Amino acid sequence: MDVRLLQRQWVDHISALFFREGFLDAQFTQLQQLQDASTPDFVVEVVTLYFEDADRLLNNLWNTLSQPVVDFKKVDAQVHQLKGSSASIGAQRVKNTCVCFINCCEEGDLEACFGCLHRLKLEFTQWKSKLEALFRIEQQIVAAGGSLPMI
Amino acid sequence: MAAPAGDCGRVLHVLAVDDNSVDRAFIVRLLANFRHRVTAVESGVRALELLGMDPDVSMIITDYWMPEMTGFELLKRIKESKELKKIPVVIMSSENVPTRITMCLKEGAEEFLLKPVQQSDVSRLFSRLMR
Repeated sequence: MDVRLLQRQWVDHISALFFREGFLDAQFTQLQQLQDASTPDFVVEVVTLYFEDADRLLNNLWNTLSQPVVDFKKVDAQVHQLKGSSASIGAQRVKNTCVCFINCCEEGDLEACFGCLHRLKLEFTQWKSKLEALFRIEQQIVAAGGSLPMI
Repeated sequence: MAAPAGDCGRVLHVLAVDDNSVDRAFIVRLLANFRHRVTAVESGVRALELLGMDPDVSMIITDYWMPEMTGFELLKRIKESKELKKIPVVIMSSENVPTRITMCLKEGAEEFLLKPVQQSDVSRLFSRLMR
């Protein structure tokens, strides 16, 4: 495929992620700025770490909420961890969903917490597939001999 | 984006402490962008082990909330040590809790940074250290 077409696709996709859909915030831009010739895979590497971290935390949250006696302090700590890494990666919607979750924990509302966890899983899954699509376009651009546009 | 070139040519050794893998990767890249040597560990316990073997560290930057040993506890241990107390310690936290900030600064923290840490924060830290 034509490199320019791919680059346009990339710009469209990234603009949607940032501006139209709010999946990414300024922190993601910082990650992109930190990537250079000496660390060409930095963004992919950190995002991959985040995928693993979030997966683990979501599983832990499910386990903690499923205990016969729920330790809300533990739930709170785990959501805080996810909120922290989501903020570091620029995953805006996931981070915001964590904030709601933290409020439910503070109220000790188990049903609402399960609802938040469900939303969190959806948000994370969506975010993950959007980023994977973005990386696929990037790989195609590089394979076609092009470079990523400056944003 | 290239880092500011040749900060007096002095290469600092920075020890970064954070239990979260994402945050660790990020802070390492951020610090390394300034051309200094960075070592990253995942706990205060590991940090103290490393400092025991190699106390020649120019700055320690640590997350506040860590299991086993918080960044505050690590700060206290460093400031209580004859060999280590001169090393500047910077605390990072994703939460803006004024009492926490005051407590850390009172205990001798160089600075308290809100996460996610920005390039400008790190630039400012290094400028101060270089003076």
